[in-house]
Amino acid sequence: MSAQPFTEIWVYLAASPLLGLTLTLVAYQAGYRVYARAGFHPLLNPVLLAVGIVVAALAITGTPYRTYFDGAQFVHFLLGPAVVALAVPLARQWDAVRALALPIAGALVAGALVAVASALGIAHAFGVSEATLLSLAPKSVTAPIAMGIAEKIGGLPALAAVLAVTTGVIGAVIGHYVLDALAIRDWRVRGFALGLAAHGIGTARAFQVNAEAGAFAGLAFGLHGVLAALAVPVIYWVLEALR
Amino acid sequence: MLAGLTWLLVFQCLGEVLVRLLRLPVPGPVAGMVLLFVALRLRAAVPAPLEDAADGLLRHLSLLFVPAGVGVMLHFSRLAEEGLALTVALVASTALAIATAAVVMRALIRRRGPSVPGSRGDRAGGP
Repeated sequence: MSAQPFTEIWVYLAASPLLGLTLTLVAYQAGYRVYARAGFHPLLNPVLLAVGIVVAALAITGTPYRTYFDGAQFVHFLLGPAVVALAVPLARQWDAVRALALPIAGALVAGALVAVASALGIAHAFGVSEATLLSLAPKSVTAPIAMGIAEKIGGLPALAAVLAVTTGVIGAVIGHYVLDALAIRDWRVRGFALGLAAHGIGTARAFQVNAEAGAFAGLAFGLHGVLAALAVPVIYWVLEALR
Repeated sequence: MLAGLTWLLVFQCLGEVLVRLLRLPVPGPVAGMVLLFVALRLRAAVPAPLEDAADGLLRHLSLLFVPAGVGVMLHFSRLAEEGLALTVALVASTALAIATAAVVMRALIRRRGPSVPGSRGDRAGGP
């Protein structure tokens, strides 16, 4: 007669990992559908839409992030194998990479340095706290690598993940306009720049626009991940030693 | 797909073991990726099941970032406090990184001349 059975069902579902996992997949596909309908418009990034939908749903139902993550962790976990999987496009593109070794190395080092230095410089000028700064340092590499780096240098891994995802979304949204403004027409260059600055989310965006751009974005994403994972702790230790 | 996914997990495990044994300052999956890359270079071609699994995962790559992105709700207070600084820092640094990488790469490709195999789009003498 009353809402009793629904309350019981809700109590059961809210405590099970099923709901968090289902919500993640439904929200992403809803976001992707809107994105595809709009002709892959950069402003309607599917990650941005999906995060918005999930955050709204959790806020409305008063569900804590922990409970949601119990379910969503199954999706999150796949980031590890996805990083390993980057070896496949890298091995496939190796001849193209070797032919363009110098332009790739130059763009990688210059882009990576500018990404870290400008983010830290601006945030420092605004007086951002040290924990946030250390979480901001690896923001241009993919979330699981960024979390690992932040952990190693004393940042907050969860915050580093959020900043990395935000960076990815920003890059996927503005990359198109920045590259058009600079009259960059070479798909390899467009993809590489996007993957370098906006890791997996930029790479996904590049694949949606052009296959060659996607391959070079995946390459930049993988190389930047390796470079940052090796260089950021070393740079940090050197800075610490100089203090 | 299953065999391919198993290989990815095996290499991730190998990466984790290597990182801990040698106390390397890199995350386990990165070491796993390097190991898999070396293994693939030693072979003539990428095995089909591995290719399927890798392409499948990478095709839905952006989905995998949603749970971490939702973590934004844990940091609303910090983000409210430092939101302006972080927004400016993220937007400006991302735009600068994209512009730098693109301009440097284009300049270095142009210096090599337009005769490079596979080079197209941005040829010397273009607009």
